[in-house]
Amino acid sequence: MAKEPEEHGDAYESDAYESYEPEPGSALERSDAPQNPGLPDEEHRITDKDPKAARTAERRIAMFFGLSVVGSIFATVAYVIFPIIPGDMTSVRLNNGLIGLGITLGLLGIGFGAVYWAKNLMSDEEMIEERHPTRGDDDTREKASQIFTDANKESGFTRRSLVRNSLIGALLATPIPAVVLFRDLAPAASPTEKMKQTMWDQGVRLTRDPSGEPIRAADVTIGSAFHVIPEGLKETKSGKLEEKAKAAVLLMRLPIEDLNASEERRDWSYQGIVAYSKICTHVGCPVALYEQHTHHLLCPCHQSQFDVSNECEVIFGPAARPLPQLPITVDEAGYLVAQSDFTEPVGPSFWEREL
Amino acid sequence: MTSPKHQRRGRRHPLAGIALLVLGLFVTGGAYSATTAGIASAQEAPVPSASLVEDGERLFLANCASCHGTNSEGTEAGPSLIGVGALSVEFQVGTGRMPMAASGPQAEKKPVQFTQPQIDAMGAYVQALAPGPTLPDPRYYAGDGDAAVGAELFRINCAMCHNVAGAGGALTEGKWAPAVVDVEPIHVYAAMVTGPQNMPVFSDMNLSPEDKNDIITYLQYVENNPSVGGFSLGSIGPVAEGLFVWIIGLGVLIAITIWLTAKAH
Repeated sequence: MAKEPEEHGDAYESDAYESYEPEPGSALERSDAPQNPGLPDEEHRITDKDPKAARTAERRIAMFFGLSVVGSIFATVAYVIFPIIPGDMTSVRLNNGLIGLGITLGLLGIGFGAVYWAKNLMSDEEMIEERHPTRGDDDTREKASQIFTDANKESGFTRRSLVRNSLIGALLATPIPAVVLFRDLAPAASPTEKMKQTMWDQGVRLTRDPSGEPIRAADVTIGSAFHVIPEGLKETKSGKLEEKAKAAVLLMRLPIEDLNASEERRDWSYQGIVAYSKICTHVGCPVALYEQHTHHLLCPCHQSQFDVSNECEVIFGPAARPLPQLPITVDEAGYLVAQSDFTEPVGPSFWEREL
Repeated sequence: MTSPKHQRRGRRHPLAGIALLVLGLFVTGGAYSATTAGIASAQEAPVPSASLVEDGERLFLANCASCHGTNSEGTEAGPSLIGVGALSVEFQVGTGRMPMAASGPQAEKKPVQFTQPQIDAMGAYVQALAPGPTLPDPRYYAGDGDAAVGAELFRINCAMCHNVAGAGGALTEGKWAPAVVDVEPIHVYAAMVTGPQNMPVFSDMNLSPEDKNDIITYLQYVENNPSVGGFSLGSIGPVAEGLFVWIIGLGVLIAITIWLTAKAH
């Protein structure tokens, strides 16, 4: 095997390659071994050959660094000349925009200059640096092994088995408090029940979001859409958002002839007024894009569409179940009230959900 | 260089061709708008008098009856106008949505086709057919309410379709919720009361006139306070912003990477 020419530097002539010997009995002949094609010929840059081009490159690099100086000064000047005037959003925009522009120029100028310098003026000679072997030499390995042997002898780790075993036992016991503590972070009762219940109950009035004023059936004109929260939610002190996230309802009034209710849901609506959970059965976005003539309800997150005239059945998109309907009626004062809680869990599926 | 041919060429500015093109477009556009304006003003000028309803009826028969029926009873092409009120006319005609240029998923906003007195006359006619919502007291759309209350009401009642910044958004089957910034306050008010096209109705029993004024105040606040963060990219949310970052942002990063690793010549 002929040696490669010397021109690419000596690191290239790896002895690993030269010492290659086929296994005894192998049919491989040396002449069939893969030939090292070597590195392509070095092509020198125009800046290496032409001193004029090198000077041009030098000026360009200086220009990048100069631009960086200009940017830094610009940012400082802009900060002084265009201060933030309290209450004036336009001044914030101008101030931030110009400072950002200056600092960007300041940083990019240095970066671009450095890269241009490295690419055009610094040496472009290619070279290979051999990595040293990972395996330590025999002396080092012997010493390391000796340390373990000595330590074992001096501490009696193997000999004094009572000490060793009690230490292992103590180490195993330390995580036990953590397991108990972390387990107690979860609610004491099963969260499944909470996910199946909302604030709605028999006789709970439907009230406007956010004012909490009750809604009379006569207020809901045909084509109207009301965003509804249960009575009492506004006064809730703790867990208000959690309750709202489950109990939010959209109230709509359709022309009564457009409503196709099944037999068991015939009395769940009142004079064409229907109430549906606003929480999408797909992943729980608020579904409230109601179209009053097509009676489509669109979820803005993943484009699930529900047909309000047909008990919110899914007509398009990834949702798997209709939106749960809240059975409603009117009380003797003429206000809309719930007949009961939702008859199924609202929102997206969860592991313990039966349906 | 002294030949007459070269001298003539030298006198013509390199941008002369573009200037001529721009001039030509201006002349054509100007002539077009002049003629169309002529047509609009040629339609009978209403006389504000007791015969306002009659003027409205004539305008209605000439411009609307082909779709809405000669007695406003509605046809297959357009709904009945009985009971929709003068406020509906103000919204639909006053924003140029009516008369529709072509049938489609919904009527588009376009240049207004009638003068204000003509719109008022048609409104009076439709109101005379059967009572409906009328123009509100100007103090209910003055925009001097509470912008913070208006913003909360807007987020609860409007933002899911019209976008929290009022930039509008898509609905089902080709319909869309239009942008609600830079809209006349009276038209914002009218849209809430009348529920044009597929928009639900937000009657005074749902959002009181004062609530509506607060919402208008909020929209005017959005209009008058530009985005502090610089480019808003139309405020239409994560899709537009993601597209910008994926194409422009990553594109620039890839370009710099290629430049960094390319060998200089």
